[in-house]
Amino acid sequence: MSTHVIHDTTILTKRSLRHILRSPDTILTTAITPIAMLLLFVYVLGGAIATGGTIPAATPGRSGRGAYVDYLLPGILLVTVASGIAYTAFRLFTDVSTGIFERFHSMPIARSALLWGHVLTSIVANLISLVLVTGVALLIGFRSSAGILNWLAVAGLLLMFTLALTWLAVIPGLTATSVDGVSGFSYPLIFLPFISSAFVPTDGMPTPVRWFADHQPVTPIVNTLRHLMADQPVGNDGWIAVAWCVALLVVAYAAAMATYRRKLA
Amino acid sequence: MTLGQGWTLSGMTTHTAIEIRGLTKSFSDKVVLAGVDLDVPVGHVVALLGSNGAGKTTVVRILSTLLRPDGGSALVGGADVTSDPARVRESISLTGQFAAVDEALTGRENLVLIAQLRHVPNAQDVADRLLARFSLTEAADRKAATYSGGMRRRLDIAMSLIGDPPVLFLDEPTTGLDPQARIEVWETVKQLAEAGTTVLLTTQYLDEAEHLADRIAILHQGRIIADGTLAELKALFPPATREYVEKQPSLEEIFLAIIGSPNAERTATTATTAITTSTSEAHR
Repeated sequence: MSTHVIHDTTILTKRSLRHILRSPDTILTTAITPIAMLLLFVYVLGGAIATGGTIPAATPGRSGRGAYVDYLLPGILLVTVASGIAYTAFRLFTDVSTGIFERFHSMPIARSALLWGHVLTSIVANLISLVLVTGVALLIGFRSSAGILNWLAVAGLLLMFTLALTWLAVIPGLTATSVDGVSGFSYPLIFLPFISSAFVPTDGMPTPVRWFADHQPVTPIVNTLRHLMADQPVGNDGWIAVAWCVALLVVAYAAAMATYRRKLA
Repeated sequence: MTLGQGWTLSGMTTHTAIEIRGLTKSFSDKVVLAGVDLDVPVGHVVALLGSNGAGKTTVVRILSTLLRPDGGSALVGGADVTSDPARVRESISLTGQFAAVDEALTGRENLVLIAQLRHVPNAQDVADRLLARFSLTEAADRKAATYSGGMRRRLDIAMSLIGDPPVLFLDEPTTGLDPQARIEVWETVKQLAEAGTTVLLTTQYLDEAEHLADRIAILHQGRIIADGTLAELKALFPPATREYVEKQPSLEEIFLAIIGSPNAERTATTATTAITTSTSEAHR
């Protein structure tokens, strides 16, 4: 039975990866929004933000534009994932609305394989966009002093974040009634980093906004990534970030499976 | 009224591919199925006839384990759709109302995908054979998104045949197709019937049911109100009276005759004759 699940998941993942290969524009559009944001913040707003002296250099000794790119990249990576999972929802929605999902359901296929195929594809697609965005950041001056272990931790945290958001994306993918409904759900997720420590430190925000920024998941995740990349101690943010990711993952997975089961009934 | 009664009494369960008893289903407070009884003998083609919204698709969705019934029972190949859906899925194939093909994949890739998911050995060979059988070899390596309605439907049905499922559900297989494609689908269903596949097809076209089915079941207001062979159904009505009516070709016959479709040779001949007759009548 379990070999069945693995076999079916492999076949369905290959199928949906092929969709991505056939339309690489979906990965490019995923990466373009965060890259545009990166350039906008570094070259347009960055000067004002950095000269304000409010941005602490993540790596001691770094200053100016390079330091701001270092500061910015973690938040931009989270925006990348948030815009990437919109396509996961879209691909799932397409399967449901064209009836191919029902065809698979009426076949002797392991049921969990249907969702896992999309989830694994989402991880691969997001990984490619993350690499693209990091590449652009390197070109405009991002530097990291961190070693391989820190970068593995960065990858691990981003993977958990991607997985949590992907399962969240499964819900609109299964339930949406229109394409607009599918893509609409990711906007608040893309917006969330703005009210966090992703672009500027939370210190300068008015108290209620600051309270929200300090207590929402993006801030500890961004802080942890930033410290890992700069080879600095992570502190409590590390555990809080992991706890947020695990909690989001568990809730999103449970909600997605409940939606799936209701869809099947 | 159930005309299939005699068969049910004499038939053994092993000869029944589909056995539906008292099936009910409501959506919120709208009753769609109010107690459906139907038997489909192995190797038969049964048409479920009904107007739009009569519940035909609901029956098919329940039988293909996509929807849970509220009450009653349905066995497919001896397995219960509610308690043993996994076994039901082993023996069925569904061709839904809208051709469910993967548009981003080519025709061949679509077939190979299904073959792999059904654990059929030599997926490539199976795909090649089906492509040839459904006249899709030339289009095999084109994306399904570029296919015409008829080609998509043929690919859709070809995908359903992989793994030789003994029971096939065709939900309105010709809705939205042009007359030529419709005839192509009809030919396919006839071939399947000859090969011994049990087919339950839903349709709202009376001529389609008459053309394809051994038995016809009429679904109306949530119940099967008539069920039998065409001859049995005809026997329900008073004996035919003989009337002479001037035969006019139907628009479909004219269309097929003009485009010279090879599929429609027989129909075309009828149409031509009809045209000749009406012309000579007009001369008189």
